[in-house]
Amino acid sequence: MRVELTEVQWLNPQQELSLYELLRISGLTESDLRYLVEFDVLTPIDPLASTWSFGADCLPMARTAGRLQRDLDLDGPGLAVALTLIERVQELETRLRELDARRLREYLSD
Amino acid sequence: MRYKDYYEILGVPRTAGAEEIKHAYRRLARKYHPDVSKETGAAEKFKDVAEAYQTLKDAEKRAAFDQLGQPRSGEQFRPPPDWQARYRDTPSSFDDMDLADLFAGLQGGRFRAGQASANMAIDGQDYEVSVPISLADAYHGTQVNLDLKLPEYDAHGVLRRTPHTFAARIPKGASDGQRLRVPGKGGKGLNGGRDGDLYLNINLQPHHLFRVTGHDVYLDLPLAPWEAALGTSIELPTPDGPVRLKIPPGSSSGRQLRLPGRGLPRPHGDAGDLFAIVQIVMPAALNHHQRELFKQLDASSEFNPRAHYQQEMGHASRAH
Repeated sequence: MRVELTEVQWLNPQQELSLYELLRISGLTESDLRYLVEFDVLTPIDPLASTWSFGADCLPMARTAGRLQRDLDLDGPGLAVALTLIERVQELETRLRELDARRLREYLSD
Repeated sequence: MRYKDYYEILGVPRTAGAEEIKHAYRRLARKYHPDVSKETGAAEKFKDVAEAYQTLKDAEKRAAFDQLGQPRSGEQFRPPPDWQARYRDTPSSFDDMDLADLFAGLQGGRFRAGQASANMAIDGQDYEVSVPISLADAYHGTQVNLDLKLPEYDAHGVLRRTPHTFAARIPKGASDGQRLRVPGKGGKGLNGGRDGDLYLNINLQPHHLFRVTGHDVYLDLPLAPWEAALGTSIELPTPDGPVRLKIPPGSSSGRQLRLPGRGLPRPHGDAGDLFAIVQIVMPAALNHHQRELFKQLDASSEFNPRAHYQQEMGHASRAH
């Protein structure tokens, strides 16, 4: 069977998303998104612009926010706190993976 | 179609009231939500819990579910024949259908199917999958084969599990936690609704030699004490192939030797750095001659590696 090859898109700050696109993809309401910006969880490219746009790297966090809002019925401030903690956990997990890799190396060299 | 006992999944009796069902859902959602929980299998458990709640919280869907009777969980079954009479536009076939997809379509005494196929645009759903890649893949780019079964609307507007098989090209430079978007590769939209997107979450597999932070790569560099003292030239492995590295004389443990641009490539051109961290390692045993040489070194050196302890010990003795 011939397998179709698909190109992927980076979700990096260089790629720009309009406010409308971010709302559509994340499923967030505009007022919840405004809370997340107010709490510095998401940052528009130019916070003073009349219409916000965002770097595509905001997308995973915005999608997580959309899921938490939908599944756990969290309000704006609750979402902001949950996302801050989730980000912290992700940082610690990255750190833990580095330490695991170091332990693995030490184990192999013993 | 396989039966799932939604009451059993939420851990409530079949007679439970709306509040009890909501409470059970909230308790389990907090425990298993995949964005919050790290329990093994949490995502699957949450999917079942959310599916059960979506059906049981809605009085009409709950009544329709109750009319299915109580087949055993996991058992293949068909809804009773009188469903056709009770609910309009009941799908004619239940093959490749999921119980959740069936109830998702029920609203106002009919399956949304007929209405949807007539004119309503329905957007396809977005999905997210985790893609493990090796460090070599991150350096050079790779191709991953994805074999997914996603719910998708058929021509009648009924959600069915449809296999999607395709390969995605992961460009070089994806580091751990990088998200990539595959536009249009989620569930298909219906009647002009947009196709959903697929999100790839890159997981960099740990390597036995290299550690990666962002786009920088770290490697321990063990040296014999005399190599560290006199300097040397060694062959250093890098994820992109070995390089020759000059070790300057007098390299202490912990010193970092930086190889600019030898780390993970970044998506838009340049690359992170590679850091070799010096570790001074002693041979497991010394022979007589080597021990004598170290004794001579000891006798001829005035080096005190613990000079900075002095001040601390001065304080401590004054305090006593």
